[in-house]
Amino acid sequence: MNLNELTIKEARVLLDDKKITSLEITEACLNQITKLDEQIHACLTVCADKARVEAKLADERLARGEKGMLLGIPYLCKDILMTKEIRTTAASKILENYIAPYDATVVRKLKEAGAVLLGKTNLDEFAHGASTENSAYGPTKNPYDLTRVAGGSSGGSAAAVAANMCLFALASDTGGSIRQPASFCNVVGLKPSYGKVSRFGLLSMTSSTDVVGPIAKTVFDAEAVLKIIAGKDELDATTAPEEMTNIKNVFTDNSSKPFAGLKVGLPEEYFLENLNPEVKDRIMAAAEKLKLAGAEIKSVSLPYTKYGIPVYYIITPSEVSSNLARFDGIGWGLKKEEAVNLQEFYKKSRGAGFGPEAKRRIMLGTYALSAGYYDAYYKKAQTVRTLIIEDFNKAFKKVDILLTPTCPHGAFKIGEQSNDPLAMYLEDIFVTGASLSGLPAISVPAGMIKVKDGSDMPLGAQFIAPRFNEDLMIQVAKLIM
Amino acid sequence: MNITKEEIQHIAELSRLELSAEEAEKYRTQLGSILDYVKMLDEVKTNNVELTAQVSGLMDVFREDEVKEWDKQETEAALSLGERENGSLKVKRVLQ
Repeated sequence: MNLNELTIKEARVLLDDKKITSLEITEACLNQITKLDEQIHACLTVCADKARVEAKLADERLARGEKGMLLGIPYLCKDILMTKEIRTTAASKILENYIAPYDATVVRKLKEAGAVLLGKTNLDEFAHGASTENSAYGPTKNPYDLTRVAGGSSGGSAAAVAANMCLFALASDTGGSIRQPASFCNVVGLKPSYGKVSRFGLLSMTSSTDVVGPIAKTVFDAEAVLKIIAGKDELDATTAPEEMTNIKNVFTDNSSKPFAGLKVGLPEEYFLENLNPEVKDRIMAAAEKLKLAGAEIKSVSLPYTKYGIPVYYIITPSEVSSNLARFDGIGWGLKKEEAVNLQEFYKKSRGAGFGPEAKRRIMLGTYALSAGYYDAYYKKAQTVRTLIIEDFNKAFKKVDILLTPTCPHGAFKIGEQSNDPLAMYLEDIFVTGASLSGLPAISVPAGMIKVKDGSDMPLGAQFIAPRFNEDLMIQVAKLIM
Repeated sequence: MNITKEEIQHIAELSRLELSAEEAEKYRTQLGSILDYVKMLDEVKTNNVELTAQVSGLMDVFREDEVKEWDKQETEAALSLGERENGSLKVKRVLQ
């Protein structure tokens, strides 16, 4: 077996037993990137020399007898998280040559834990999209079929993990951006509760739903990364204090029915008549596994589900239009010097620097927040958001966890939907609810399904848990894979 | 929903985005169809429903207002890509 194909758990044992070195795993990953990335295009920046230095440092720490779950483990990081001295582009021309002066808190924590940063992964520009086709540097291709998308916005991170270019990757999820590409690429994607992980150093998109989380090969590995990156951060006032996050509600795994008493809800609105029967079959197979472990499967209703997308596509552009106002060409980023005055300089720099989807969202948000439209759009969306949250609160009075498909279908063809922004927005149908409500959710591989031309592509099963109950969610997800 | 040419220009102006005529026309129709779609929220009764601006569950997070030294090298790096004059960032003229 090649070292880049190891899981974190497997690599940990071999590293601690001194059978392999971090430098050897790092070289194996770098080789894989060299071999495959010309086709897949998962990486925007590869920092091979820096990675080798970090790997050697990790090997020294290991030689001194230091222990740590991620010590010496190579990873890739979505290019929307700041990395000191390594370029951070957000896959946008407006930040093409931007070099962050400091590390995001999550990157700093991984550095301290001894994880080895290999480079930065591709994404939809500023994380706006569901296919990575909105990257200013070209789309990422799905390792299972190079004519198909890897999903998005964290398509680079998901494809890189699927193609064994790294042992895990960091990503961000605003309305499905970790889970949907994980579903398309047959890997595990964990979106933590809002406030569980620091956003300091994450380029803001939708501040009220943005979270950082791992994409990994197994649920165990995703949990290992989450444990390192989670926690209160004084540099992000929205991170929750420990007394809020310290929920212990797991089942004792000591019998043939480890989940006796667990109630799993299947939301009716996620299994409508028009759902692809194969998708339903895969999710019901996952439910059957839980049933065999003693869980009770119940139908629940989340009546406001269908309003998730319209709410999300008002709130997100609104926050985007405000957050992207800082990219003005001054200080850093693309600039158009020929402008004669400041206003024109802003307009020319931003007009040339942002891609089509960023422009659409900035304008949509500006419109929704503008005088005369604020109440009809933004305020309306905020009130319906409350109803969506109440749906989940009511459901969690009846069940402990929800099980749904992550996506209504497998990965689509590159270019198939790129001219229809609304069709792309509908991709997020099963993933926006947890985001708008700040709930933890995970996508785990649930098998393959046939896609349009008859080939087989991966599908993910999604678990959504009450806020800060990641432990239960992880425990249940581990049973599926 | 029909967005007029003037409206799209006004939104672009507020957004500080220079658009080509072709772009303006494309976004005019695309934004129109997205707004048509999100209008389905009108069918939801929201009288007496509180609005949700954030879901952190936290309120009024304060910390001491302490002055801390930020790494000089980091500060310098943060500003290094802009045009500088006497230690300040230089911008285009505001007044004609």
